[in-house]
Amino acid sequence: MNIFSTYLSRFYKFLRGEIFVLPSRTVALLLCIFLLIFPLLSPNDFTLRVLIIASIYAIFAASWDLLSGYTGQINFGHALFFGVAAYTAGLLNYNLGLAPWATIPIGALAAVLAGLIIGIPCLRLRGTYLAFVTLAFPLILLGIIQAIPDITYGELGIPRVDPLAGSRVASYYIIFPSMIVLGFIMWKIADSKIGLIFHAIREDEVTARASGINTTRYKLLAFCLSGLFAGIAGGLYAHFVNAGPSTLELLLSFQVIIWAVFGGIATIYGPIAGVFILYPLQKIILTRYLGVPAELTMLIFAFIVLIVLLFMPQGLITWLRYKTEKICPRCKLQNVATRSECRVCTAQLD
Amino acid sequence: MAENIIVYGLVWSGVYALLAVGFSLIFGVARIVNLAHTAFYMLAAYLIFHLNTAVGLNVYLSVLLAIIIVTIAGTISYRLVIARIRQHEATTLIATIALAVIFQEAVLKGFKGTFVSGPKLISGETEIFGVGVLNQHLLTFGVVLLLLLGIWLFLMKTRTGVAVRSTAQDREVANLMGINVPRMEMITMAMSAALAAIAGALVAPLGVLTPGMWMHPLIMILAVVVLGGLGSLKGSLIGAFILGFSENLVVFLAPSGAFLKTSVALTIMIAVILVKPEGLFGIVFEEERG
Repeated sequence: MNIFSTYLSRFYKFLRGEIFVLPSRTVALLLCIFLLIFPLLSPNDFTLRVLIIASIYAIFAASWDLLSGYTGQINFGHALFFGVAAYTAGLLNYNLGLAPWATIPIGALAAVLAGLIIGIPCLRLRGTYLAFVTLAFPLILLGIIQAIPDITYGELGIPRVDPLAGSRVASYYIIFPSMIVLGFIMWKIADSKIGLIFHAIREDEVTARASGINTTRYKLLAFCLSGLFAGIAGGLYAHFVNAGPSTLELLLSFQVIIWAVFGGIATIYGPIAGVFILYPLQKIILTRYLGVPAELTMLIFAFIVLIVLLFMPQGLITWLRYKTEKICPRCKLQNVATRSECRVCTAQLD
Repeated sequence: MAENIIVYGLVWSGVYALLAVGFSLIFGVARIVNLAHTAFYMLAAYLIFHLNTAVGLNVYLSVLLAIIIVTIAGTISYRLVIARIRQHEATTLIATIALAVIFQEAVLKGFKGTFVSGPKLISGETEIFGVGVLNQHLLTFGVVLLLLLGIWLFLMKTRTGVAVRSTAQDREVANLMGINVPRMEMITMAMSAALAAIAGALVAPLGVLTPGMWMHPLIMILAVVVLGGLGSLKGSLIGAFILGFSENLVVFLAPSGAFLKTSVALTIMIAVILVKPEGLFGIVFEEERG
């Protein structure tokens, strides 16, 4: 009992010292809790479906950010990882009858392999060339898949992939927490020494190499890590929706960049927030609550993205953070914008 | 078979060349990756169809009007959107995709998005070496050749053309030499949009129009400009012919070629880029001075 209360008070201190000091963290925590208990409040099938797909896409968008936001290797064909993993998982499940807990990791490994295969030739390219060359890979694969319908089931995708869980609420409780865990892992990676090196590669690759960093190895690592997380998202998608040509489409590659840039790149939480704002907005809010006819949603979606980017070119979440938080000049910790001195080292904030 | 490959290869290579040259121009001069480029082409094709059938204008008049409207739309979207965010590279990409989607949805809403085919500019066919070729195809190829020649003359022989080229080479020095750089960028953007519109006018009678028709040419011109080298007009031209012909060869010769045509064209692009990372005629841009 004593130990328990010690832990409880330590947890409370952690909450007060690390979470409640910043409005952004408080809001994030509250939103997480709200989404965790959401199915108990209103088990609406369609809303749950949208939230589950949003979670899958959130993993996917964050993995794009890990590669392109952090290392600056703009990947225009991120759907490759998603599609490779979805097809691997789907085909293994349909042909061999493997269970989701086996197919999703194998799919993710296939995506890592894809990351290696496209990463090695792409090491020589930079900037716009890299973006356009990566764009080609999912489209090449898409053409091949459509040309051999005997193996890949062509246009319609794999006929039947086992669902992840029996009920939708159960799927929700598998996919949403795994999104939080994977997002947290990606955030930790990005916050570690590896993330620092990724930042350095984006800012100035030559200088990073001159400082003794094997940039080639780290760029490949970024491709593989990003492929791993995108692959997990793809595997989940195959088991929740299906594995078809839409997982490799150009529009998906563009969509993931839209979400990530909308939220703010090189943050991990930005793309996740971007997905959770834009995807439900497009699928539910516009049609159901604002009475917009379905054929206009895409137009309004594009306008919203355009207008937000015009006024906040760095992304919505990054912009919000600049407005509500200040960074302490001495210890580099985040502080609420209203404070005049740092919450930890009491240095003057400007 | 062979005559089909040659005719369709020449026509589509020409269209890709027009689009890729426009895309290359604005990239070279203003370093803007305009992913909405082929949306202008789609918009022009639909405008021509609409002006001709619904409004009832003469074919030639509707072509002219469509080109003017699309050019204005291009410059307006440059002024209002692209010019403001161009220093953020990723944001420019997204904003131009958003623009393309807006154009697509506007066409879908405005023109109902049914699959239609534009009016033929001229009818009939001519016999060349014993092969009947549609006059429309001949016209398309002729216009492409004339326009490319015109662009070349403009860039090489006129004062404005020299100013545009020097802006592409070095913005800062061009600025110091008294060239109005923002104006050059506007002129280039207008030219690029007009070229896309003309390409749309040439394609409108050839095939079926759909609001999503900008997607495939966009992929192809991205491949073309990378293959030829970014910012190089000669490279874009040669790249367009390589990819245009390889696409048509696959369509006519390979089994299930319609699915594989993009794959093969993109594989050729990647194979070239692996050997020559800056493309066939790429200029290695020096790091822009800060």
